[in-house]
Amino acid sequence: MIKVQGVGFSYPGLESPVLQDINLEIRPGEFLALLGRNGSGKSTLTKLLNGLLIPSTGEVVVDGLNTRDDKNLSRIRQRVGLLFSNPDNQLVAGIVEEDVAFGPENLGLSANEIRDRVSWALSVVGMLDYRKHPPHLLSGGQKQRVAIAGILALKPRYMVLDEPTSMLDPQGRDEVLRTLIDLNREQGTTIVLVTHFVEEATTADRVMVLDQGKLVMTGSPLEVLTRTGDLHTWGLQAPEIVLLCQELRTLGHNLPPVLEGEQVVKMIRTLMGG
Amino acid sequence: MMNSFTFGQYIPGESYVHSLDPRTKLYLVVAAMVAVLGVNTLWGVVITALFIAIFILAARVPARVFWSGTRPLLIVVVITALFQIFFVPGEVIYRWWLVTVTDAGLKMGALMTYRLLMVILLAQLLTFTTSPLQLTDGLERVLRPFSKVGIPAHELAMIMTIALRFIPVFFEEGHKITRAQVSRGADFRGGWLKSAQNLVSIIVPLFVRAFHRADELALAMEARCYTGGEGRTRLHVMVMSPADYCVMAVTTGVVLFVILSGL
Repeated sequence: MIKVQGVGFSYPGLESPVLQDINLEIRPGEFLALLGRNGSGKSTLTKLLNGLLIPSTGEVVVDGLNTRDDKNLSRIRQRVGLLFSNPDNQLVAGIVEEDVAFGPENLGLSANEIRDRVSWALSVVGMLDYRKHPPHLLSGGQKQRVAIAGILALKPRYMVLDEPTSMLDPQGRDEVLRTLIDLNREQGTTIVLVTHFVEEATTADRVMVLDQGKLVMTGSPLEVLTRTGDLHTWGLQAPEIVLLCQELRTLGHNLPPVLEGEQVVKMIRTLMGG
Repeated sequence: MMNSFTFGQYIPGESYVHSLDPRTKLYLVVAAMVAVLGVNTLWGVVITALFIAIFILAARVPARVFWSGTRPLLIVVVITALFQIFFVPGEVIYRWWLVTVTDAGLKMGALMTYRLLMVILLAQLLTFTTSPLQLTDGLERVLRPFSKVGIPAHELAMIMTIALRFIPVFFEEGHKITRAQVSRGADFRGGWLKSAQNLVSIIVPLFVRAFHRADELALAMEARCYTGGEGRTRLHVMVMSPADYCVMAVTTGVVLFVILSGL
């Protein structure tokens, strides 16, 4: 469990705090989506979770390890994998498998163990066939999957992804999202997906919304994503399906809020009497 | 631009030389360079040339690849040779206006041409048959004993790895910036002064972005538990085979023979 207790953070030299009084818990095995517009402080929060930044006030505790203690940092970073949005800026080596090996190499594992982890991580993200490729010949989605494999090879318990799809085309976004869902369901990896694309939160177990450095809402996707008005004030746009249902409701149709396309199709069919 | 200039490129292959350990190749190339720079007689030239030729032939890299890597450097070889021919004092064998050619000058010119050509060929032999990553690993291992006297072997190797990784990224970015500038009306034709000015408009954004990338890369490396070279292991463990020891022994023998016998 990652516990964030009363965390505030301000960058040195800047007056206004980026984060204020954040309290949250990340439970093992869950898929948590963290929503927020640009500048809401969500990137800063991700860097606090693995000790790249240390809170100005409050504590971040990962499985009982406080990020404030330097001695804990390497263990925390192995537990909490952090992925950034630009895949190009996080691949270190000129060959895919060498890059995935970078993390395990840093842990000082044996060559055999490293080889096993590299093969496993690349097969989980479906990039095993590309192990000898140089990254610059891959597509954006493929690069990001390699970057995910690079984190996976550390065998982290929690995986924090800071807008992993924001630099990708729609196909790349799908690839990466599907990989994350599989990871969560099949490998049991805890996923913290930070994003400003509201649609990406629909499959999450829980959704949190961050605005102006404060946690403004926590709930299930259905609870959070159907609040079109609130979402709007937080600088987020509700999913199109939610908007569609709302339109239909204003037209006098009785529709419960839903997030899945197929359900909506079914309901509209019954409405039309077909 | 990158295709016409093969010097320093890796030419993948399965040859005997390709399969040698990078450390062996580093040793071979450096030792052979020392021998070549030390030779003074025709016999020395013949022996070192034969020795180097064996490895160049065994590398099974097409001769035209060696040629296209050597060609751009020929001008340096020619100028150096001419300097030797015209300016080394000795018995004059030809004189015309201000130009004098001496026998010692001719000999030095020929020798210098041979030496430079061999150094160029050896450097190419190394890079053609060794992938950049292998080369980096090899250098790190070879330099590691010197880290006690302040040579940062691991850091140098890491810098090389990252540089190699980002060369294509920067090439692509350079193209992108150029296109962006052209689409906003920049004109990249014109004389060299104009080109130089235009280059600034590409290099400045390229640098700004490079620093931004470096920042993010550093964070990503830290997030992946990187704390420097200490305690780090490698995916590929370099293993010296009997063939490696054999090549090293023969190289040592030939080089010592050439140098000690004063050939």
